[in-house]
Amino acid sequence: MILFKALFSKKSAIISILLLVLLLLLPQFLPRFYTYLFAMIFAICLLATSLNMVLGFGGMFQFHHTVFYGFGAYAFALFVTKSGLPLWIGYVIAPFCSALLGLVLGLITVRLTKLYFGMLQLSLGSLVWAITYRWYSFTGGDDGIHGIPIPDLIGSSTGAYYFNLIVTAACLLLMYIIVNSPFGRTFQGIRDNPERCEAVGVNVQKQQLVGQIIAAFFAGVAGTLFVTVEGSVFPDLMFWTFSLEILIMCLLGGWFIFMGPALGAAIIIMLRTFVGIYTEYWTLILGIVLMLLIFFLPEGVLGLFLKKAVPAEKREG
Amino acid sequence: MLQVHALQKSFDGFLAVNGTTLTVEKGDVVAVIGPNGAGKTTLFHLITGQLAPTSGTILFKEENIAGLAPYLVCRKGISRSYQVVNIFNRLTVFENVQVAVLSYRKKTFNIFRPAKTMAVGETQKILDSVGLLDKAEMTSGSLSHGDQKVLEIAIALGNRPELLILDEPTAGMSPEETAVTLRLMKSLSGDLGLTILFCEHDMGMVFSIASQIMVMQQGKSIIQGPPDEVRNNQQVREAYLGGADQCST
Amino acid sequence: MEFASNITLAALFQQILVGLSRTTILFIVASGLSLVLGVLRIPNVAHGSLYMIGAFLAYAIATLFGGGPSGFWIALFLAPIGVAMISFIIERGLFCHLYEREHLMLLLFTFAFTLVFGDLVKLVWGSDYRSLSAPVFLQGAFSIFDFPFPRYNLFLLIIGPLVALGLWFLTNKTKIGKIARAAAVDREMVGAIGINVSWVFAAVFVIGCFLAGLGGALVAPTQNITQGMDHAIIIEAFLIVIIGGLGNIWGALLGALIFGLTDSIGILLLPQFAIVFPYMAVIIVLVFRPKGLLKSTW
Repeated sequence: MILFKALFSKKSAIISILLLVLLLLLPQFLPRFYTYLFAMIFAICLLATSLNMVLGFGGMFQFHHTVFYGFGAYAFALFVTKSGLPLWIGYVIAPFCSALLGLVLGLITVRLTKLYFGMLQLSLGSLVWAITYRWYSFTGGDDGIHGIPIPDLIGSSTGAYYFNLIVTAACLLLMYIIVNSPFGRTFQGIRDNPERCEAVGVNVQKQQLVGQIIAAFFAGVAGTLFVTVEGSVFPDLMFWTFSLEILIMCLLGGWFIFMGPALGAAIIIMLRTFVGIYTEYWTLILGIVLMLLIFFLPEGVLGLFLKKAVPAEKREG
Repeated sequence: MLQVHALQKSFDGFLAVNGTTLTVEKGDVVAVIGPNGAGKTTLFHLITGQLAPTSGTILFKEENIAGLAPYLVCRKGISRSYQVVNIFNRLTVFENVQVAVLSYRKKTFNIFRPAKTMAVGETQKILDSVGLLDKAEMTSGSLSHGDQKVLEIAIALGNRPELLILDEPTAGMSPEETAVTLRLMKSLSGDLGLTILFCEHDMGMVFSIASQIMVMQQGKSIIQGPPDEVRNNQQVREAYLGGADQCST
Repeated sequence: MEFASNITLAALFQQILVGLSRTTILFIVASGLSLVLGVLRIPNVAHGSLYMIGAFLAYAIATLFGGGPSGFWIALFLAPIGVAMISFIIERGLFCHLYEREHLMLLLFTFAFTLVFGDLVKLVWGSDYRSLSAPVFLQGAFSIFDFPFPRYNLFLLIIGPLVALGLWFLTNKTKIGKIARAAAVDREMVGAIGINVSWVFAAVFVIGCFLAGLGGALVAPTQNITQGMDHAIIIEAFLIVIIGGLGNIWGALLGALIFGLTDSIGILLLPQFAIVFPYMAVIIVLVFRPKGLLKSTW
């Protein structure tokens, strides 16, 4: 109980529970298309939050985060279609594959900082993309893999909705605990002032590597959720423009706040779906939204809201 | 405790530190003074590992720490504060110090327990000793400059250092704030028995607290000794103190 | 996967020449990016979009002038200028207000332009491929060691060093070049001695973007002009700039050489995964020299 109190303020706990209950009841009222959409949103919320672990809370220039997402999705897809082992093992193995990729890429990139770190990650990630894109015999190349057999219990629209909701909620909780742990606290210190952290005895590179692995792990989980909903994978999941779009989601929601990226993800995906009904130029609109954000709302939607609702005190979870 | 010998640091040929020597005994309060550009901050960077020397040794408790990474130097027992305020702006005052304490306690990889409940007592004690306890929940970026400089020192204390290095601790402070910092330093040295090494431009402050003064000019150490000896040294007077009777205590 | 079976010396030589002509385009684009990154500290992701616009503009202008040889030369001249004008408007209107922001914000802002330009190009020219023909005397191929070597590639091999020399002259021998180099290292100092840094930045940005447009116009006759050109080239350009050293023009040349040549050799050795070779080269360079091969201005 003390642990619980230490993590959540009363207000945020109540809001979270209400939200969860609302989401659990929603499919009763929504048409099938929306349950599919929400299931996808949950997966992307998880992805965006995993990115923000290192971006907003760690200050790392994570330019190519979705390579871990795509890698996890492919690992899961390949496992399901090629190994013949039970499905649930795939759900467990895929995130660890992503974490392994996070370790490998991290070992190379963490020695650098800021823009250099981001660019090197971009190049390594693009290499992974390129190999996936060209390796037709194994990964299906630019066709991807389709028709991945997911049992109806979790593969149907409603099934995927609940499955993704539960997994996402659990992972968000885990990440929240990590952000508020001593590791998370130190990580935020590194974001604010890596030099000072070194001076107080923190091995900054090691911390960043561990953070990278954790973020990659959860991105991998998000990847499996994507496959659950969609039933297929394709190389675009690992393309760098997708990585920057997730960055935009974090910015939109507010990247110094835990639930910011999830909110940003939900907004962007819903916007994309509805704008897409009227025009094919969604990308143009996204670009303009991004420009407006940068000029007028750098703390994000949630950041603005919190500033108005919570005067000058510590931000809440 | 700390022994710097014939230390050299060259930046593309420019010798910022050129054969500097420094001795700090346990329990001392040693001040390094010298005109701007004398190499004081570079010397501190060399001791704390931010820069690696071109040649020379830095012995801390008989061990050569020259060239070690900053986080390793810290773990040996040396902590420092910075001339320009270098804190964790987005964290609260409490969290600022807590990061250092958690690092000292080697808990930085703990992901299972809420940080809010850890090291609370010790962090509060440190904040109390510097007089910032009532501001513990404020975002550090919103503190006054003087308070931020005190927080600087508080963070450095989080590592329970044996040697505390302060880079111009009263720079930019009003006389009242300077007096507060001076009292703090005296209590750290007197009550907690910390060894302090600092550099300053405020001569009044230096002469009132230092047990030893080392004078640097153009990267070299001219002299190190007790305040009276330094004050009366002809070379020092000409170079820095500006001739006769500039200093009063 | 299959290894190419007969790698004769002649085939190697021919591939190297092809690689070198690709190097020209890469160098021109990357040098513009490097200039902007080195002096203005903006990682301009939209640089690729400007390259694409350069290609589309070249197509449009050439078609406007009848599509023959004169159309091509006019397009080659006007398209980069058009791109430069667009970039001038963007810089004065928007970018110059954002210079104090962190790099991440600047990068995202330029990414916004990538999104916007991508759709604008689709709006104006539709989603189909376009193609542009080079003038007749540049079409066709020479025969080198019994292998065909396109004449246009030779043209590129001549243009490349010319542009390099021009840039070197601009940055080292002209007043504005020297000021730009000083501003890259210490913009406050340059401002303090009374020079209007803002206009220096605008000039550098425009020149950098001009180079992107030039690259696009030059590449237009050699491939299909499509959407997606922007995405492909920008990653390559960034990697080249990083391995060459930020802000270093010769570094961009060196990087482009490494990239272009490893790509060509890759095609010879392992055609299906040729793309892997340049990336591996980049990674190797960055593991040993994280700040690039030559000196950067950062």
